[in-house]
Amino acid sequence: MSDTVRIKQIIDEAYDTKTFVFDWDAEVRPGQFIMIWIPGTDEIPMSVSGISDTTKSITVKAIGDATKRLHEYKVGDRLTIRGPYGNGFDLKSRNILIIGGGVGTAAIMPAVVETGADTIIAARSDRDLIMLDTARKHAANLWIATDDGSAGFHGNAVQLMNEKLKEKSYDYVISCGPEVMLYFMFKACQDADQDCQLSLERYMKCGAGVCGCCVMDDKRICKDGPVFTRDQIAQLTEFGVSRRDACGRVVKFR
Amino acid sequence: MVSLKTDVGSISLENPGMIASGIMDETGKSLVRVLRSGAGAAVTKSIGLEPKPGHDNPCFMEVRGGYVNAMGLPNPGIELFREEMEEAVKEGKIIGSIYGAGPEDFSKLAARMEDYGACAVELNLSCPHAKGYGMEVGTDPAMVKAIVSAVKSSVSIPVWAKLTPNTHILTQIGLAVQEAGGDAVVAINTLKAMVISPEFARPIMSNKFCGLSGEAVKPVGVRAIYDLATVLDIPLVGVGGISNWRDAAEYIMAGASAFQVGSAVGTEGLCVFKNINEGLSAFMEEYGYGSIRSMVGAAHE
Ligand SMILES: Cc1cc2nc3c(=O)[nH]c(=O)nc-3n(C[C@H](O)[C@H](O)[C@H](O)COP(=O)(O)OP(=O)(O)OC[C@H]3O[C@@H](n4cnc5c(N)ncnc54)[C@H](O)[C@@H]3O)c2cc1C
Ligand SMILES: Cc1cc2nc3c(=O)[nH]c(=O)nc-3n(C[C@H](O)[C@H](O)[C@H](O)COP(=O)(O)O)c2cc1C
Ligand code: FES
Repeated sequence: MSDTVRIKQIIDEAYDTKTFVFDWDAEVRPGQFIMIWIPGTDEIPMSVSGISDTTKSITVKAIGDATKRLHEYKVGDRLTIRGPYGNGFDLKSRNILIIGGGVGTAAIMPAVVETGADTIIAARSDRDLIMLDTARKHAANLWIATDDGSAGFHGNAVQLMNEKLKEKSYDYVISCGPEVMLYFMFKACQDADQDCQLSLERYMKCGAGVCGCCVMDDKRICKDGPVFTRDQIAQLTEFGVSRRDACGRVVKFR
Repeated sequence: MVSLKTDVGSISLENPGMIASGIMDETGKSLVRVLRSGAGAAVTKSIGLEPKPGHDNPCFMEVRGGYVNAMGLPNPGIELFREEMEEAVKEGKIIGSIYGAGPEDFSKLAARMEDYGACAVELNLSCPHAKGYGMEVGTDPAMVKAIVSAVKSSVSIPVWAKLTPNTHILTQIGLAVQEAGGDAVVAINTLKAMVISPEFARPIMSNKFCGLSGEAVKPVGVRAIYDLATVLDIPLVGVGGISNWRDAAEYIMAGASAFQVGSAVGTEGLCVFKNINEGLSAFMEEYGYGSIRSMVGAAHE
């Protein structure tokens, strides 16, 4: 079923990223996503980046036709969405380290708000950092990393994570970001015997676990994920190695 | 002890349920996962001669009683599908679903599926939203006859024809399959449909038209199998809206020797096969059906 919702507020997060807040009273868990239809262009998956009883938000980086069109939307415009889909994060423990990389920060923000846990936000440079205000308000500790050192720790998310894991032990690391980042984070967690839950991404059509186009090995990212545990990821031979295009053809990353 | 073993012509199945074409069956590893979940066989996504991305999004949504989809037959093409088949056929029985524009396409594709180790081919004569394919070739009895004959003479594995309910001459088409030597008829594919957004005053699917599946189509599918069973001698495979043992039993009693499950994998999960198997066994035990065969067509008496 789809719902048509009205945009209530638009927040500029960065030069290429905006948050759209809309009225929607559906029940959503941190880490879940929705499919958004932008008439005339496409229907695309977006993580829910903010969750309150009556409103939800998405945080969108303008990279192609659909997301650029979405950036032209104004307060009062209507969006047609379906969902929520996916399993979301397991937040039973509050002793966790949450890490957002780039626009992947959108997916982890509801977990930061719900748990108030220690948080790392990483981006290429200070102009790519998003959602800092929300994170500052809720996270017990907020650490920032930029690849070029223009803000916070000079280095990537995985390097800063390794530093923090030396100082304190956590039950879990929770993260979403580009697949290369998650790949090296997964390796680092394995080396440190650190449990983790990572939110993965693949090309999606149905979003509901039916069409099978988003599979990584035998797992559907949309339904069995997008959040997977360390043990589950250890079984995925395609993680960090290859994805599939819209035809279902294998495309190697490297 | 009751047995869930069944035969579709010369193909024998340990369990009567299969995954329907287009559901979690585009890759080798997901076909393996389906087989391990209690399905007696798995039908592949419909594969064509060339890679195809399918229709643009939106191409899927939930509606009351089921789903609509206009995937537009996305698939990597028969050449690349070899790898997926290699992985899948090691694990169990795979039925290769194929689509084409005419007899020549279908024959080529069927021969490749046979090479890859498929135990049967299923001809998609029924997709309601792919221009020049599917239902557009599958509603003309002469064309259906030509396609089935051509495929029959190019492979030695059984040839199944999957039919559309979007016609008033379903039994004529079924007879065309039988006369051409087809080994089984599979019914039904999705019902041609459309959804419109009142807010945006336009059809939601990028392709405008789509196909309805799930719970809502079950009575149509059961009727189709019942109708086909009254005129055909070849085995039937029922599909459309099956999500529990009762649905499966309805199709079997209408005349199906086996069945396929599609949409319910989304609503129930892959445990749907195990649940149906357990439910059917318990029902058969209680009502004195020793085998699937003894239930096939029971509703016709
Ligand atoms: C579960 C999930 C959650 C996501 N959450 C966010 C988010 O919170 N914020 C955000 O900015 N982006 C998010 N994305 C990525 C976002 O969906 C894509 O960036 C967007 O679809 C691009 O669309 P486009 O038309 O602008 O670009 P295009 O030029 O069409 O595509 C650019 C790239 O986007 C990706 N993409 C396009 N269509 C799809 C699709 N149907 N499914 C998956 N990937 C696609 C592909 O990698 C493609 O190469 C998420 C993706 C997934 C799978
Ligand atoms: C997402 C989706 C994709 C499908 N793709 C195909 C296909 O490639 N070939 C085909 O013959 N049928 C296809 N079908 C139709 C199903 O195999 C089945 O006939 C139909 O969905 C009715 O069964 P159900 O109600 O159990 O889903 C597809 C159905 C869905 C929902
Ligand atoms: S997008 Fe269809 S199964 Fe995941």
